Amino acid sequence: MHSFDYAAPDSVSAAVSLLAANPGARLLAGGTDLIVQMRAHRREPGLVVDAKRIPELSALTFDSGGGLTLGAAVACWRIYGDAQVRAVFPSLVEVASLIGGTAIQGRASIGGNLCNAAPSADATPLLIALGATCRVVGPAGERAIAAEDFCVAPGRNALADGELLVSIHIPAPRPGSGAHYLRFIPRNEMDIAVAGAGVSLTIADGVVTAARVALASVAPTPLLVPEAGQAIAGKPATEETFALAGEAAKAAAKPITDMRGTIEYRRHLCAVLTRRALTAAARQAQGVH
Amino acid sequence: MSQPAYSVIGTRPIRHDGADKVTGRALYGADFQMAGLLHGFVLRSPHAHARIKSIDTSRAEAYPGVKAVVTAADLPESSDRMVDIGEGETPLSYVRGNVLARGKALYRGHAVAAVAAASLHVAEEAARLIEVEYEPLPCVLTAPEAMLPGAPLLHEDLHTHELGEKTSTASNVSEHFRHVMGDSEAGFAEAEVIVEREFSTSTVHQGYIEPQNATALWNNDGRVLVWCSTQGSFVVRDATACVLDIPVSRVKVTPMEIGGGFGGKIPVYLEPVAALLSKKTGRPVKIVMTRKDVLEGTGPTPGSFLRVKMGAKKDGRIVAAQAYLAFEAGAYPGAMVGPAGMCVFASYDIANQTIHGYDVVVNKPSTAAYRAPGAPNAAFATESVVDELAEKLGIDPIELRLMNAAKEGTRRADGPKYRRIGCVEVLEAMKNSEHYRSPLGGPNRGRGVAIGFWFNVGLPSSCTISINADGTANLVEGSTDIGGTRTSIAMQAAEVLGIPVDRVNPTVADTDSVGFTAVTGGSRVTFATGIAAYEAAQDVVRQMRERAAKLWSVDPDTVEVDRGQYKQNGHSMSFADLAARIGETGGPVVGRAAVNPKGVGGSFAGVVVDVEVDPETGKTTILRFTSVQDAGKAIHPAYVEGQMQGGSVQGIGWALNEEYWMSKDGAMMNSSLLDYRMPTSLDLPMIDTIIVEVPNPGHPFGVRGVGEANIVPPTPAIANAVSHATGVRMTRLPMNPPAVMAAIWSKG
Repeated sequence: MHSFDYAAPDSVSAAVSLLAANPGARLLAGGTDLIVQMRAHRREPGLVVDAKRIPELSALTFDSGGGLTLGAAVACWRIYGDAQVRAVFPSLVEVASLIGGTAIQGRASIGGNLCNAAPSADATPLLIALGATCRVVGPAGERAIAAEDFCVAPGRNALADGELLVSIHIPAPRPGSGAHYLRFIPRNEMDIAVAGAGVSLTIADGVVTAARVALASVAPTPLLVPEAGQAIAGKPATEETFALAGEAAKAAAKPITDMRGTIEYRRHLCAVLTRRALTAAARQAQGVH
Repeated sequence: MSQPAYSVIGTRPIRHDGADKVTGRALYGADFQMAGLLHGFVLRSPHAHARIKSIDTSRAEAYPGVKAVVTAADLPESSDRMVDIGEGETPLSYVRGNVLARGKALYRGHAVAAVAAASLHVAEEAARLIEVEYEPLPCVLTAPEAMLPGAPLLHEDLHTHELGEKTSTASNVSEHFRHVMGDSEAGFAEAEVIVEREFSTSTVHQGYIEPQNATALWNNDGRVLVWCSTQGSFVVRDATACVLDIPVSRVKVTPMEIGGGFGGKIPVYLEPVAALLSKKTGRPVKIVMTRKDVLEGTGPTPGSFLRVKMGAKKDGRIVAAQAYLAFEAGAYPGAMVGPAGMCVFASYDIANQTIHGYDVVVNKPSTAAYRAPGAPNAAFATESVVDELAEKLGIDPIELRLMNAAKEGTRRADGPKYRRIGCVEVLEAMKNSEHYRSPLGGPNRGRGVAIGFWFNVGLPSSCTISINADGTANLVEGSTDIGGTRTSIAMQAAEVLGIPVDRVNPTVADTDSVGFTAVTGGSRVTFATGIAAYEAAQDVVRQMRERAAKLWSVDPDTVEVDRGQYKQNGHSMSFADLAARIGETGGPVVGRAAVNPKGVGGSFAGVVVDVEVDPETGKTTILRFTSVQDAGKAIHPAYVEGQMQGGSVQGIGWALNEEYWMSKDGAMMNSSLLDYRMPTSLDLPMIDTIIVEVPNPGHPFGVRGVGEANIVPPTPAIANAVSHATGVRMTRLPMNPPAVMAAIWSKG
């Protein structure tokens, strides 16, 4: 590994100053992506800025309306270790439990997963499906970015020089709603999604009133598919309906052929996973276990 | 058949190295520390095939903290000499060329230069300053492609050995051999059902958990001391001496604990490089591979292309068989296609056979042995064809195999006639298993069976046993312990000595401290080193009888020994009591043996497997898996079961997901354990085992080696199961989800 400088600021403003003054610097949360990339010479930052001493980035709080604000460096174990998160966002708990193994979950964060901007990120499609927004602070001040707009290319996010992700806000779930992320991997653990589907939906009187579908690993970025949600809104919450969303997801997917799967196979998986994920989310929405 | 009653053989004692392993105190090569230790980093070729026009190391040498840089120019010039590197002879130039590329880089990951520094990070950064001028050349990555006329040649001076004759044809085909028995064309003319199919298997890696490592010290007295992880300390000694062009007596190899090998830790990679760096610096140098180095720079097992044709009469008698086997050797000849040719029809008694084998070089890492090397590839083809024959004939697949099973006296096409073997007994055990008789149940499921053979090897082993006054025995042997063999060898000595196995203290010694012992490979250790221990223990017993005779003033020939009790006409003494008096009866008792046993017994193994295939994703779940193997005699049944389970798991990985995913320009795209998908514990059911015991007449306790045959049948058994679950015959490995889905789609 190359030689680099390390800083551990204790405020957002100090971190912004460091990042702004050192183009090419990288923020370190859990390091489960960054350190691996540095060891493989895929990234060679001259300065690594540790985020873990900044209180806001390590805070996990619920607002009065039931929305969750997740500091960008909150490690996965804190998500599944939090009783309120388990009660309100079971899908988020599932995703936090899916990323890496126990040791990795002690370090890795949902914010880091988002910033790493891998098309295969497991958390991002769910964040998109849940309608999450990202709070970003930089030299020019603060702005909000929708989760679906945060990744712009493989390994590249929407942050400008000097900007950092402070937190992710997930709105309170609506009554009668459910969410689920389902990925396909050839093994049963320790794998990168060949394709993945993060979904949320709301059901009233057996009818889907709203749905959001986002896909992993089938486009340069995690991909929101509005057509999939539109295709089932107003229809009965049945497997046939969910299959329509699956077809819309399949049509929207733009995968490549690589060692994880062919274009044809991945598009096919989008239909299967979207249908299966919506079926699981519907069970949750309707209180069926 | 009644078997002799043993006291130690067949029990399941705790392993002698267990405490150190479970507490983390066992010392592996990467743990090795020494004053003044430097760290080495190996620079590897980014190209799959390139001429090395020049190497400029000056910037690396000038980097602060760098102590030495070496390239192939630091190795002696190569000649045509042949060297034995564990399981056969190889030209020295190939061994040297693989250690450090000379003239050409033949695969991506080929070692080109190495740097030593006080810190690994410094060595790595300095290595990046080495300027290698490459002229990239077109590469060939599969055997069929490399065999085409006009294919880019890896070695301009490689001429095909055609049916035993050296030709003048420059080619990527190093060898073409043929085995013929009877008349296969006439056999097919007589056959009423014929199945012929083409198969391919991907390059796969052994996947041992511990990466290769080596520490070397070129001492001031001219001796080269090596500490490393190896399957054969004498192999490392001899190969390192050859590569460095020094006498074997100048090299001393101390084997550290070994975290798996499966054949992959027979070749030398790092030892000569560490030695060269040590020679230049005067300090010990340690090199440890990363997982990427292991996958890209060490020998996996060959990918292969196979065509198998078999014909049977309607009554199920198989009358003809043909095989075409083209195996990828990787960068240097030696694809283990020879063993594939020996094993391809080895489970059957077929009068008419023709087998063609091709050893083909390609721009991938130079292949190494992998657990029954060549046999799983061959069995994948044969056992799939036999399964299809059974379908067409309407005969139960195990019955069809039983009807044609090889027996004592059956001749293989490559020559040997079987002595007592357990092929039929293994098939019977499969047929009678609760698993095979249970219903499969549920949609999208399939059951598959297959059988496989590995011939096993003998080779030399040495052993000494020294008796302590407290009635214990120190056993020194030279077989590096991979599968619990310290204990399985100590058990054989304990049985002869008539003492509990915890009174035998086994040590795997360095190459200065024990007689020559061949590689831990070919499933030979419990067999051959076991015989050495048996003979050394008999030598001890002979001496102990003399000591008893001396005490009792009788003729040694009249002293009887029964389970450690020495008796003569009313006199009786235990081994322990006698040991307490060796000082007064003549001093130390040391038994010794050096053996090269010829009575090796081949092993058959079979698998019954149930799978379920998700028809929407193509993902295969192994529901139930039973491994059956003829152990001859299971010295330590738990270790035999462990071997069977390990081979099964590797076979499952090979069948379902493992492969070298190569880019068109020869880069391995999945050189990490994240993307090189070996099965995890969550992907496997419990592997059930059935040990069959058909004693090998060539071993005093009947031992057959059990390390390898168990990996032969899993891939075809799973392929047969998946084929039955999906209704599509699977002919390519791995049968990963996209491949199975594509097969399902192909049904229309």
